[in-house]
Amino acid sequence: MRSLRRLASQVGYVNKAFWRNPAAAFFTFAFPLMFLVIFTALLGHGIVHEGLRTVHTSDYYVAAMAAYAVIGACYSNIAMSVSAQRDLGILKRTNGTPLPSAVYLGARVLHAVFVALLLVVITAAFGRFAYQADLPTGMTLFRFVVALLVGSAAFSALAFAITPAIPNADAAPAIVNASIMPLLFLSGIFIPISNTTPNWIIWVARIFPVRHFAAGIQAGFVGTAFSWTDVAVVAAWGIGGLLIATRYFSWEPRR
Amino acid sequence: MPGTPAIEVKDLTKSYDDVAAVDGLDLEIQVGEIFAMLGPNGAGKTTTVEILEGYRDRDGGEVRVLGYDPGPERRLLKPLIGIVLQSTGVDRYLTVSETIEMYASYYPHPRPTGEIVELVGLENKRDARVLKLSGGQQRRLDVAIALAGDPDLLFLDEPTTGFDPSARREAWEVVKNLAELGKTVLLTTHYMDEAQYLADRVAVMAAGRIVATGAPEELGDRQIDGVRIRFRVPPGTVLPADLAGSATADGLVELVPDDLSRTMYRLTGWSLEHGIELEQLGIVRKSLEDVYLELTGGDPTDPEEVIPGGATPSPGRR
Repeated sequence: MRSLRRLASQVGYVNKAFWRNPAAAFFTFAFPLMFLVIFTALLGHGIVHEGLRTVHTSDYYVAAMAAYAVIGACYSNIAMSVSAQRDLGILKRTNGTPLPSAVYLGARVLHAVFVALLLVVITAAFGRFAYQADLPTGMTLFRFVVALLVGSAAFSALAFAITPAIPNADAAPAIVNASIMPLLFLSGIFIPISNTTPNWIIWVARIFPVRHFAAGIQAGFVGTAFSWTDVAVVAAWGIGGLLIATRYFSWEPRR
Repeated sequence: MPGTPAIEVKDLTKSYDDVAAVDGLDLEIQVGEIFAMLGPNGAGKTTTVEILEGYRDRDGGEVRVLGYDPGPERRLLKPLIGIVLQSTGVDRYLTVSETIEMYASYYPHPRPTGEIVELVGLENKRDARVLKLSGGQQRRLDVAIALAGDPDLLFLDEPTTGFDPSARREAWEVVKNLAELGKTVLLTTHYMDEAQYLADRVAVMAAGRIVATGAPEELGDRQIDGVRIRFRVPPGTVLPADLAGSATADGLVELVPDDLSRTMYRLTGWSLEHGIELEQLGIVRKSLEDVYLELTGGDPTDPEEVIPGGATPSPGRR
């Protein structure tokens, strides 16, 4: 009970600080929507082949940008903010107080998931309004939410796992982007994977979690086949990330 | 002294890559004392303090902080201590009182935020965001956060390093206030004047050991040649054997008296009797600084070792 109360109050503080840093809040929210508009405008109202189904480009991008928004809020944002906090000595200071580390880090994850959910809702509403995209309902909605929650948790865990590789806060944007941007491209987030996509790209997409996560989100929006295997692969990556983080995560600045 | 000491350390050792940072350190700090650990950079002060705080494991020795071993019993110790780290940040977007409230919420028996704000003199900045505070104000916020849980023992690791003189004064006043609360304070510093001004007792640390302990005045006195008499006589003057002393670098005669009053009486008597003027006559007491330099083997011309009261070039804190 006491831990839950502490968790809730800590999430409150994280939330307050988040919205008061307008640059960070703006980019977290504006980027996915901006990309959604740009890609839809650039690639028009074409057709994407997903297995046997044909999908409107705009629907495809609503799903892809929702996935991108979650990855940005959970992976990129946590990895950068936590390494900045580590560098500033905030983590070390907190580590000297009686607050359990699980509560401190858990609050950050919960807040990221909350932001991710908000982003998905905004992206979906925007897609519905601007491009008449379909929205998930019923059983589809349930599976969609599971995929979303598993994905948020997994990408948060991976964010903690990457921080030991970040020497200081200045290097954080470079390392975080270098680790995620190529994967976003190779997983069909920005440019759909098609019949003519080289084999090695398809293999990269199969191994890493981004494509699997996007597939789960897509199933919700455009009615492509939902596969629990996708969710399982994402979850496995999350557990791997958690194990690495537990072993190598540092509360102290690296010098 | 009654009761158990707040901090008890016996034969503490810690090495990094085979280099001893702490090399057989003994320490006892009583409840309610403001205790300063004084030493040059690299003497092992921070390593020692971080072992006491529970941040580092030790290689050997016995450590008790408020009755707990900060290694295995760190969880029990955390609610009882407040820590001001050498360099540390806080979330820049929260306000002063939000920040203190947040940290207070981590402790079982927090001190009211209003009281803390007053204690560190940040009343006017309660609702200011942290990023608007000056360096001195941020340091006071650091102390405020350390006080949020109403700790029995407070660690201050180099609280004023890199500060300008007025910010140092501000920080000192806050520490002085803590004494009135009856808190035990362990502070590390490489400024002599800071130790002298703040501490009830000082330990001088060099190369991982404590080389002297005592009240700031005592440390100056207890040196064998603590007090000296200096004067100048006209060239060619022959002094009696018991007043001959030794010559200093700038041509003064220096005496090390067994009994100050008796020697002064004898010296001034001789001067009047022979009509010889004692120019620049004076009694020189060794400052803590002299003692410190002797004990730590520091060279006063080397700015890395000692900068009495001056600013040290130091990396930005936040």
